[in-house]
Amino acid sequence: MAHAPAASHPEAAARFAADVPRTHWHDESLWFMRVKRDRAAAQVPEWERLRELAQAIKAHALATLPALLEQFERNATAAGATVHWARDAAEHNRIVHGLLAERGATRLVKSKSMLTEECGLNPYLEARGIEVVDTDLGERIVQFRDEPPSHIVLPAIHLKKEEIGALFHEKLGTAAGASDPKYLTEAARGHLRQKFLAAQAGLTGVNFAVADTGAVVVCTNEGNADMGTSLPPLHLACMGLEKIVPHAEDLGVFLRLLARSATGQPVTTYSTHFLGPRPGSELHIVIVDNGRSALLGRDPYRRALSCIRCGACMNTCPVFRRSGGHSYGVTVPGPIGSVLAPTIDPAAHAALPFASTLCGSCADVCPVRIDLHHQLLAWRGELAAAGHTPAGKRLALRFTAWVFASPARYALAGRLARFALRVLPAGIMARLAGPWGRQRELPAAPAESFRDRYRRTHGRA
Amino acid sequence: MAARDQILAALRRNARPGAPRPVLDGVGARFPDLADRFAEAVAAVGGTLVRVPDLAAADVSLRALPVHREARRVAALVPGVGRPTFDPAEVKDPHELEGLDLVVLPGELAVAENGAIWIEGARLPHHALVVIPEHLAVVVQAADIVPDLHAAYARLDLAGRPRWGLFLAGPSKTADIEQSLVIGAHGARSLTVLLVGSRSPGP
Repeated sequence: MAHAPAASHPEAAARFAADVPRTHWHDESLWFMRVKRDRAAAQVPEWERLRELAQAIKAHALATLPALLEQFERNATAAGATVHWARDAAEHNRIVHGLLAERGATRLVKSKSMLTEECGLNPYLEARGIEVVDTDLGERIVQFRDEPPSHIVLPAIHLKKEEIGALFHEKLGTAAGASDPKYLTEAARGHLRQKFLAAQAGLTGVNFAVADTGAVVVCTNEGNADMGTSLPPLHLACMGLEKIVPHAEDLGVFLRLLARSATGQPVTTYSTHFLGPRPGSELHIVIVDNGRSALLGRDPYRRALSCIRCGACMNTCPVFRRSGGHSYGVTVPGPIGSVLAPTIDPAAHAALPFASTLCGSCADVCPVRIDLHHQLLAWRGELAAAGHTPAGKRLALRFTAWVFASPARYALAGRLARFALRVLPAGIMARLAGPWGRQRELPAAPAESFRDRYRRTHGRA
Repeated sequence: MAARDQILAALRRNARPGAPRPVLDGVGARFPDLADRFAEAVAAVGGTLVRVPDLAAADVSLRALPVHREARRVAALVPGVGRPTFDPAEVKDPHELEGLDLVVLPGELAVAENGAIWIEGARLPHHALVVIPEHLAVVVQAADIVPDLHAAYARLDLAGRPRWGLFLAGPSKTADIEQSLVIGAHGARSLTVLLVGSRSPGP
């Protein structure tokens, strides 16, 4: 990981949420994306059918993944690309650095790649004297700030334009106090154009790798992947091994879903298909495992490998919207990240599956229908059983289970609670309710319980 | 190839067979008029569409536009449309294309649903021609409009010889600063689509 989790999610989220107006602003920004996604989805009458197909294609791809990867390798190689395999982040970084070093390349431009973020590629290359420039505008902003993206599609969604204006004033010499997005984007365009022209190699992520042709497909709105690969003589395309789709025609399904789910656009501006290198240049494709093959064997969580990284689950998640992407402490945050992170290191990321209300909104918007909230729930059970949850929480849940397991204890607990609500001051009751009571009024105690009332009106049950 | 073999072995161990390939049915957009829908979709993705009866009219329309009138360096890859100032095929190093004001590209087919146009790499001497100029114009035949991406992929034969190509939908854009849409992030600041001819009434 590019950055170790500095604090558990609840602590980091509490720090984020301490700034109430900013939390509301962040919440509304992401909800706006969700609204745009809804509008775009509603314009496609067969939206649900597309989601079913996307789920089925991905299930088929995961079931036949080894054969598809071999087929992809054969076709990509036949088209003139070189395919490399990396077991983990370290091997991936070594391969990328080796390819650059062999050609004496010291200036690399990158378009968005969550995989290289996951592998910590930038610091690895920088330590070896290579200038790495992230060229997606949002990624360049967070790179200038020396922080990771807070969202996989909107890397700088946590920042206000005034902060970006001050940053660009410092880094790019824009006018002090200027914060007009058009002006700032123009400044970045000029700055990055020079980086593109000077680059000796371009690195891209991969949205889809097509087994039956050997092509990789890269989607951007800015055009930075096309700029970064069309000028220098070396194109590195880094992909997680789950990016495979079996057939070119499958792209029709995924491209109709991806941008609509991500930003509410009908399609990304540039959906570029690379089959082999362009004349006079090289294309190297690095296929990375880094825990993915193990995840394929884990039953409740396997489907998380279907993710196409649209970010829709983040935009809709009530916890993500109010706690910010950085609070998760992982490259891919939000509901999907909370499923993926514990597969790598359960102890380090044990808090993440609890960063959810289990409302299921993530699963409802997921274009490949990953059962995210079910997976989060499964993780909770597994993490608790393995002793990765805080002792207090374990004790409280054990006690609750003991109470709920017996009708007599349950009835007694209800009587005690109603009595306490009546006689104890609200301040003390709120404290007894734990974190839940911090921002909530407790209800007034009813005069009688449902059981009492049923008994009164219907006689004994 | 230790890494490759180990990864494939692990995947073979862990993959659960039994998910058959789905039949891609039950999808497919339908529009009463493909050209009208395509025009709307181009506008929605930030492009400007001009309908012309033929290539000669496309040329007249394009030359009247500020993106051509004010351009000093122009590459035109559709014969008879636009007035090129040089031949990009004679340029060896794509870096020399920096400073291009306008490129006129041929569009292979157009997608009514989303306004995207397939640009076939084999017809361009340099990939950079798609992104490096200040402005782009794409010439596409109304007869080459298909309803959606499924129909587009059915028509494109993407296997075989090395090649690149892309679906281009509107000008370059970003919304990375407070989600304010800004046109002209890295690539072209405008996209003019010259839609040539009309569709003969379908079956």
